[in-house]
Amino acid sequence: MANSDNSENKKDMTQDTIKRRTLLKALIGIPVLGVFAFELVKKWTYDQEKKARLIKELGLENLPVPTIMKSTKGSKSDLIRVGIVGYGSRAVSHANGLGFMHPADVEAKTKNDTMKDWLAQDDLNVAITGICEVFELHAETGLATARNTVRTGGADPSSLPVKRYRTYEEMLDDKEIDAVMIATPDHHHAPMSILAAQAGKHVYCEKAPVHSEDQIIPLYETIRNSKITYQLGHQITQSVIFQQARDIIKRDILGKITLVETTTNRNSADGAWIRHLDKSGNPKPGDEKSIDWQQWLGHAPKVPFSIDRYYNWTKFFDYDIGLLGQLFTHEYDAVNQLLQIGIPKSVVSSGGIYYWKDNRDMADTLHCVFEYPDRELTLLYSAMLANSRNRGRVFMGHDASMELGGSINISVDGSSTKYKKQIDSGLIDPSSPMVSFNPNSGKVDAVTSATEKYYAARGLTTTSINGIQVDVTYLHIKEWIDCIRSGKTPSADIEMAFQEAVTCIMAHKSYVEKRRVEWDPVNRKIV
Amino acid sequence: MKDYSRYTSAERFVLIALRILIGWHILYEGFAKLLIPNWSSVSFLQESQWILKGFSGWIISNPGILNAVDILNTWGLILIGLGLMLGLFTRASAIAGAILLFLYYLNNPPLTGLEYSVPAEGSYLVVSKTLIESMALVVLAIFPSGYFAGLDILVDRFRNRSK
Repeated sequence: MANSDNSENKKDMTQDTIKRRTLLKALIGIPVLGVFAFELVKKWTYDQEKKARLIKELGLENLPVPTIMKSTKGSKSDLIRVGIVGYGSRAVSHANGLGFMHPADVEAKTKNDTMKDWLAQDDLNVAITGICEVFELHAETGLATARNTVRTGGADPSSLPVKRYRTYEEMLDDKEIDAVMIATPDHHHAPMSILAAQAGKHVYCEKAPVHSEDQIIPLYETIRNSKITYQLGHQITQSVIFQQARDIIKRDILGKITLVETTTNRNSADGAWIRHLDKSGNPKPGDEKSIDWQQWLGHAPKVPFSIDRYYNWTKFFDYDIGLLGQLFTHEYDAVNQLLQIGIPKSVVSSGGIYYWKDNRDMADTLHCVFEYPDRELTLLYSAMLANSRNRGRVFMGHDASMELGGSINISVDGSSTKYKKQIDSGLIDPSSPMVSFNPNSGKVDAVTSATEKYYAARGLTTTSINGIQVDVTYLHIKEWIDCIRSGKTPSADIEMAFQEAVTCIMAHKSYVEKRRVEWDPVNRKIV
Repeated sequence: MKDYSRYTSAERFVLIALRILIGWHILYEGFAKLLIPNWSSVSFLQESQWILKGFSGWIISNPGILNAVDILNTWGLILIGLGLMLGLFTRASAIAGAILLFLYYLNNPPLTGLEYSVPAEGSYLVVSKTLIESMALVVLAIFPSGYFAGLDILVDRFRNRSK
């Protein structure tokens, strides 16, 4: 018995030792995990402190996180009835912004699962009740869009009839229209805006506001003396990053800004406004029978019907002012919204038709220098249609540069006076962007790791996935609609439009007349 | 319980060390993605070339699927990393890790003629560290390193007892 007891005890003891050793072996990962957690917290704290310090040293702390303004939603009686003049590709975006989409687009968007963001737009309590369009095919697209029952923000389908107007005068005469959106070729913009204002209709007009110098003052005076709400179609400044950029400039992060460089960089036939062929190279639809050519020409010189002129009107000075009206307008608006530079003292333009050697009037390579001696600043516009290297839009200050595109990147200048201490101490590295603002993350972030720097330098930090993507055209239209209801002034009002009109026409005149032009503010004339 | 006594101490030691090191790396890869605000695999997938290019493009073009891929990737890495570090479900973790890493490799293999806008942190020709790490996980899946030292020992005990 004693013997067997003894062996039992021994067995228990060996089992215990095995158990203890096994348990130790089993739990080998736990202390490693502890070390891992310790290192993780250490790294996280270090990164956060470094970022916070950098943002503090740059004076960027407490930058407000932009929010989308709340809609001043009216009651049902407050419904705004909108008429669209010119139903081309731009008007499609307008309709989408108003909360209407063509059934075919709805189908395509549902198929690739991209409807969510659009459907999340607010119901603006508007109805598209009129389409004025010279081309049958486009008019049909507009009518089908206005009548579609799929609406944003859970809005009820419009019960109002949608009318087709043959002329815009006919539409402006109609009491059933409260506001018009103009998306025609540019030569119609000013005359239509003037007549609309006189008829008491609110106006949303695509850029450019004018086509010639003699339209500037009549447009400005008519709108200013009317009670309507005028908004020029510059949607890009509605991007949340522009609110952030405004704050960066207000806080003087960049130091004294003496040069702003803006550019256009394209390298395709479509980008050079050759658009009469479809994707497979076949001519797009349209002929003299389906297009009201005289109506399309309007006040422009009478020429025989031309499908080239109809689709590629941007090429001809009879209908617009080329790169200046199409793209520089956006650049100017971006800079003017941020710096309030207004009308330049002088402009010199230079360029030529060097690559797209067709029948065009417009330059395909254009450089314009706008001088603001009172502001001690030069605005440069350099456009190129035969190379798409991205040259960006850069605000250059003595202490830092800000590149403003889809995201904001701030690079401190190596010879900055303001940040000398931080550069010397190594906190700031002037060779790469230090701060980037990614509109989707909703906050300013210091760029500290090598990979982040690499991506930020190439503007790849933006992710277009998380959170709801809000269309900037929608925001711009929403601002216009909200201002119609509240009586407030929208961001691209007639004052901004006037400054832009003068600036663009000055640059155009300089190009055409091959001379330096100045603005005479007393006589309100380009000399 | 199987007998693992045929492995020498040195053999056990290197395999356990390898497992813990790879586990650490993968666990941090997962946490790093979790801690970066709005991290998305989109920039990686945009770079995708070779045979998975079309598949990656399809993921990017579907916001819902991309979101799911991001979540699965981040939490997959964290779970695999924990599994390897703790020696818990080691074989499954090692196999899952090997497949995941091999998918990364297939998205941007350093083959002659494929150009990437993001420079590699080393010099690679056909073989990259990702491929090597993937193969190292295959090694770990073959050897029962979780039973040398790891929570798998307890799992095994528990299973035997319930039998």
